[in-house]
Amino acid sequence: MTREPLVKVRDLRVEFQLARGTVHAVDGVSFDVEPGEAFGLVGESGSGKTVTLRALVGLLPRGAKLTGGTIEIDGVDVTAADEDTQRHLRGTTVSMIFQEPMTALNPVMRVGDQIAEEPLVRLGMSRSAARARAIELMALVGIPDPRRRAQAYPHELSGGLRQRVMIAIALSGDPKLVLCDEPTTALDVTIQDQILKLLRKLQHELDVSLVFVSHDLAVIAQTCRRLAVMYAGQVVESGAVEQVFREPRHPYTLGLLRAVPDFEVVRERLASIPGSPPDLAAPPAGCRFHPRCRFVQEDCLAIPVELERLDAGREVRCLHHDQTAADVEREPVIVDA
Amino acid sequence: MTLGEYVGRHLVPGDPARTILGNQATPARVALVRHAWGLDRPLYVQYWKFMGRVAHGNLGDSLFYGVSAGHLVLQRLPVTLWLIILSAIFAVCIAVPLAAVAATKADRAPDHVVRAVPLVGLGFPAFWVGIVLLLIFGLHAGRLFPVGGYGSGFFGHLHSMILPALTVALGLAPILIRSLRASLLEVLESEYVTTARSKGISEKRVMRKHALRNAIISTVSVLGVNIGYLVGGTLVIEQVFALPGIGQLMINSIFQRDFPVVQAVTLVFAVMVVLVYLLTDVAHALLDPRVRFE
Amino acid sequence: MSSITADELEPFIEETAVEHRRGFRHRWYRTPSFVAGVVILGIVVLAALAAPLITKYNPTSQDLLSTLQGPSARHWLGTDDLGRDVWSRLVYGARTDLRVAFLAVVLPFIIGTVLGLLAGYYGGLTDTFASFFVNIVVAFPFYVLIIALVFALGSGTRNIYIAITIVGWVSYTRIIRGEVLVAKRRDYVLAAKSGGLSDFRILFRHLLPNVITQAVIFACSDIVLDILAIVTLGYLGLGVQPPTPDWGNMIASGQTYLTTHWQLSTFPGIAVVFTALGLSLLADGLADLLRPE
Repeated sequence: MTREPLVKVRDLRVEFQLARGTVHAVDGVSFDVEPGEAFGLVGESGSGKTVTLRALVGLLPRGAKLTGGTIEIDGVDVTAADEDTQRHLRGTTVSMIFQEPMTALNPVMRVGDQIAEEPLVRLGMSRSAARARAIELMALVGIPDPRRRAQAYPHELSGGLRQRVMIAIALSGDPKLVLCDEPTTALDVTIQDQILKLLRKLQHELDVSLVFVSHDLAVIAQTCRRLAVMYAGQVVESGAVEQVFREPRHPYTLGLLRAVPDFEVVRERLASIPGSPPDLAAPPAGCRFHPRCRFVQEDCLAIPVELERLDAGREVRCLHHDQTAADVEREPVIVDA
Repeated sequence: MTLGEYVGRHLVPGDPARTILGNQATPARVALVRHAWGLDRPLYVQYWKFMGRVAHGNLGDSLFYGVSAGHLVLQRLPVTLWLIILSAIFAVCIAVPLAAVAATKADRAPDHVVRAVPLVGLGFPAFWVGIVLLLIFGLHAGRLFPVGGYGSGFFGHLHSMILPALTVALGLAPILIRSLRASLLEVLESEYVTTARSKGISEKRVMRKHALRNAIISTVSVLGVNIGYLVGGTLVIEQVFALPGIGQLMINSIFQRDFPVVQAVTLVFAVMVVLVYLLTDVAHALLDPRVRFE
Repeated sequence: MSSITADELEPFIEETAVEHRRGFRHRWYRTPSFVAGVVILGIVVLAALAAPLITKYNPTSQDLLSTLQGPSARHWLGTDDLGRDVWSRLVYGARTDLRVAFLAVVLPFIIGTVLGLLAGYYGGLTDTFASFFVNIVVAFPFYVLIIALVFALGSGTRNIYIAITIVGWVSYTRIIRGEVLVAKRRDYVLAAKSGGLSDFRILFRHLLPNVITQAVIFACSDIVLDILAIVTLGYLGLGVQPPTPDWGNMIASGQTYLTTHWQLSTFPGIAVVFTALGLSLLADGLADLLRPE
């Protein structure tokens, strides 16, 4: 028995209009997310992963326009839906956790009230019921002494506690899908670990789907079952995390993996792959990664590369992915102890 | 503060004693009057005595009217206070909705219209606006409002205050609009507004509970700073609308060279401004919990 | 570390200032607010300059036989209560008010900028001293001060200059001080200091060109404020004295005839608004243009 995917993204396109031209921030992205599954989106800044996430919840930044493709969440086509329908889905079906909890929480509102807002306004609970629910949620996300803490303002809490508040808010509407935009990047190393464990626990207990955006492969490895690697607005590789990390097929993925010094520990930002991400207003001809690719050949410059299906659930966008495979065979990324 | 204006007052050419005595002034008589009022003592002695009397609530006697300057001021103070409070209320009522519309429809037609308001509005001389309003509402369109004076009874007062307060408010509103709009735009871009939206609550509630509550904070400061404008505006507006407030008192006293009264009024103005700054600080702390724990 | 001469150092420091100017030259005609401002202001200035050419009557000559006439072919905007041609008075009023306003800005600009530079750069006592005076002046409502000062000094244009200077330098000091506080941490200042350039040189050759843009932009709005102050003083009888035409005293004398000849008070006001609009647009346009990309 297979369940229908909770999220179906097909050929998503998002553009920004800048003075110097049109930036194709998301250029034909497609993926599915199953109910109760944690799905990762990996890439450098500028890869389009955050914009994709924003598109899922319908909160694109100012100036961005959805110019193509469809997004279906829980059977509803959100791209074709009107603003009211979209708004209806937010919070109760889809919710979001943001990167920097200090700026993502209202500085003049008590955290308890912020958590209680959705139950109060969207779920129709009474004021006392909503407050009780907020305290319940705070306990669920591991905030000690929740009754007292609910009276606090965001600036009075530590970073880790603030992030837990964010998670509580995201869960307050009983959503089916929680979008995570680098929720641990702004946190201390030890706290990062705690938060990730919390997210994993919650995901399993509540059977929610996660779409987890990060530039940190180790974090994705800890949290997600499947992932898509994004580069320059496109998906360049996708599949099960285990498989992709053991046997990457795209030179970019390989580069990312090799750049992580110690795979087991949740730590470093991406170290360097030579070169820098392309200007999305004028991407390179042919394969977008070719200027930085170790295995580049002549035909890589010729025409844009399509996604190729390797297996069930396994895709790669590279003409010479066998090169990458060979490289991994010679020098494996993950050495089993 | 008081020292500065006191010295300023006394730089005025034109001997008050001579003015009062008019054409009965002979050197002897002038000297007598000056002695009676202590005007022949050195400046610092006069100032000392003045501050002493102020501490006891005595602001000196009006040279012109012969009654206590403090009394005169107190008599007319309510009018001016009415004007200031009403103007502030009007200004806020005008500015907030306009700024909100401009910020939510940023860069589209309504925004451009609202942005034009400060641009054009700041160039309007306040007194001229008053005159134009008088023209339109006082004299033509059904003679809706009185052309001057204070009216009687609570509603009479209110009625005669509407045009003047509106005039001052129209002068203050552009500054508020500009500041609030900018503040709102910034706030609407912030992450916590996105968080609020991700909860799926209505845009109206987002605006009310999240955006405005934060944007208002910086605007309160702007309002406070511009109270100086408000207070100064009453000075001129009271002239235009013939309102018997302390602004008109000041101007008349200036022309009559009535020192003690001018002094008293300036002192009261200065005190009012300081009070307003204090109030602004308090309001700021009330609105912004981050400030409280310093 | 080898010693670099001031001459070798300066071109490197120049670069920052040049950036601004280069952008300006290319973009000024494409910035609508700037262009509109220049046009509007230009109209007013031209009219003022060409006053004798576009008016038939002397603004102060009275014709007691034709008082309070409405607009006609002879008197484009009619005559006032003393038979003077309103259009002439309007145009010559522009002369008076513009001249006074523009000139009144100069001293506060200079004094305020120098004080701001010194206070911001040296900090410490200089700053405390300057800020002390700033706070005193700022504590008073602008108009109360101006009126009081003009009262103390007597009415008339010369005293208007004095009064505005006494009150007006403050804003420039605050702006420049703020800019200097930020700018003095920039690399080019540190480079200049370590290169051994004298304070004077740093202040006036390097800091000044970079911080002055904000003051210039403010100056445009300040002129608007000054025009309003001059006109208000004129209205109250404390400013430009009759018979010299001033938009303020025109509005005042016209107020008595509001019911019958409303144009006497309205047109000068419109002139003020128009001029102020031009200046404000200019200020906005400049702010847009001079902002570093």
